[in-house]
Amino acid sequence: MDNAQLLISGLANGCVYGLIALGFVLIYKATEAVNFAQGDFMMLGAFVTIGLTNTEYIGLPFLLALPLSLGIMAALGYLVDRLIIRRLFGESQTAVVILTIALGFVIRFVAGLIWGHEPQTLQNPLAGKEVRFGGLVLGMEDVAVIVVTVLLTWGLYVFFSKTRLGLAMQGASQNQLAAYYMGIPVKRVQGLIWALAGIVAGIAGILFAAKGSVDPTTGLLGIKAFAAAVIGGFGSLPGALAGGLIVGVIEPFASRYIAAGYSQIAPYALLLAVLIFRPHGLFSQVRVKKV
Amino acid sequence: MRIVFKTSYMQDIRPWKDGYQLCLYLILLAMVAAAPWWLDDFYLGELTNVLVWAIAGLGLMILTGHTGQASLGHAAFLAVGCYSNVILIEAGVPFLLAFPLAGLLTGIAGVTVAIPALRLHGIYLAIFTLALSVLMDDIIVLAEPITGGVAGKYLGGVEIFGHLVDRWGTPDQFFWLVLGVAVIVTLGYINLLRSPLGRSFIAVRDSEVSAQAMGVDIARTKMISFALSCAVTGLAGALMGLYAGAFNNETFSVIISIQLLMMIVIGGLGSIHGAFLGAIVIGFLPQFLSISKEYVGAIIGSNTVAIPGLEFGIFGVILIAFILFEPMGMYGRWLKIRTWFELFPFYRKDMFKRQKSYLKTERLR
Repeated sequence: MDNAQLLISGLANGCVYGLIALGFVLIYKATEAVNFAQGDFMMLGAFVTIGLTNTEYIGLPFLLALPLSLGIMAALGYLVDRLIIRRLFGESQTAVVILTIALGFVIRFVAGLIWGHEPQTLQNPLAGKEVRFGGLVLGMEDVAVIVVTVLLTWGLYVFFSKTRLGLAMQGASQNQLAAYYMGIPVKRVQGLIWALAGIVAGIAGILFAAKGSVDPTTGLLGIKAFAAAVIGGFGSLPGALAGGLIVGVIEPFASRYIAAGYSQIAPYALLLAVLIFRPHGLFSQVRVKKV
Repeated sequence: MRIVFKTSYMQDIRPWKDGYQLCLYLILLAMVAAAPWWLDDFYLGELTNVLVWAIAGLGLMILTGHTGQASLGHAAFLAVGCYSNVILIEAGVPFLLAFPLAGLLTGIAGVTVAIPALRLHGIYLAIFTLALSVLMDDIIVLAEPITGGVAGKYLGGVEIFGHLVDRWGTPDQFFWLVLGVAVIVTLGYINLLRSPLGRSFIAVRDSEVSAQAMGVDIARTKMISFALSCAVTGLAGALMGLYAGAFNNETFSVIISIQLLMMIVIGGLGSIHGAFLGAIVIGFLPQFLSISKEYVGAIIGSNTVAIPGLEFGIFGVILIAFILFEPMGMYGRWLKIRTWFELFPFYRKDMFKRQKSYLKTERLR
């Protein structure tokens, strides 16, 4: 029974990692760039929602604050692309990587300035409720996290593989110039994808803040989500979720069954192993380029 | 504008363009070497710090600036250099032997890392090295019998020919030690860049496919680049340990790795000057901020307010500004200004315009 409990809490954590990883993958899939600030986006999403909902700030009703904060995050994602990333159009990937790391620093600083450095929790209607399921005690938030994540991943997967816009996004990343020739508005598509990544980060942030507390350094969780995205294979949406779940489940089990000190290494050791033996992730989409 | 009249082919590969340029650099070197006489101890310490960071930056520059492999994990190699230096000294090895050995060991560590890393490109390599850097923190804690774990280690000073060199006791001599290492590394770097090996580094950076077509062994080149880069970084790590005096697992955190990479980007990727210019920004930014905070506080009339994370926030903004407006960093800006003066009034805006490339995926499914 203990193991089942560990598994469930691991899954719930893993879903949050998976959601951040989803943000990485979204942007990577559509623009072939990696947003190292995705973790900080999530932290910001959490703080925006806290700022709107919690009684010590604005104190809006939860259901009103939810779409509002997601809208703010979408606008923010779009603005980041419009004002900063788009100027790098056609530059190397490394430039984008370094830029987004710097962006993460700035977001962390701004969030600390506005909301302070104390850990805070989101006041939400699900807090404190439990579901009993055959001897298992599940927090309502954990259930919500799992359900929302699965739905979101499925929705995004369908969006990318079935809709016109989704296919246009994939095309834009596979070959920018060819996409232009085919009449895909590459820049606008990029802006949309950043807005979408902002929304996903916002959802991840809300779920995370409902489950536990956030402070400006929470964004560093992004590194773990990064491991998740790599383990799943960059460029695969279900892979990102799977990677997140793997990392999330390994953590509680490692801290229980492996000596202290070694346990926090587990996700990174797995990451290194995956990179060494399957360099493009478990759900690989890359073939070696032959000249 | 000066025009160098070339009379032999050797002039093309000489490390300096002409006597005038050589003179300028020698004067600069003499000025810096005389720093203990015209700087007080505090700023001398800061200058030493800048030089140590510059050496580390040179190390990363070999890999990132000239071979094009972005590494987010060089703090791990700083740690390897620092700890191996201290452990060797504690084992009774004299500093003059332990110091190069520390570099050698770090180089070997670099090769070990390079073997799996060779298969990785761009972002994957960045993530791989990032994970290494995160792991190094834990490894240092776990290897407590050797590294001292969380309690860390302490190194007061080192003996060179029976003469104690210590950061606090004899800051002048410590400064000269660091300066000497910096000069040797820089000269080695300049020589590397005009050798076939250095050229093949640059070829790999600019296009792996073309380099391969021209007969460059990519795997070997990358491996050597990793080894050299890590060895130099290891030397910097050893000096950093000496400079800090006491250090533990948190001294060489992921943040240091990221800072190091950002430093060479601000300075200018792919130029030796860039490592030094970036180090100056990194080294003096905290001092500059605290001074300007006092200044602003005095104007507003309130006492100085502490803003946590300000340094990193400003740093991030500077970096974003550089990547957007001057991707070649401070050295690139300097080149433009110099060319403007040299060509006056014939400088044109698009002279340094870079060719844009359109992106193609490596994913085939």
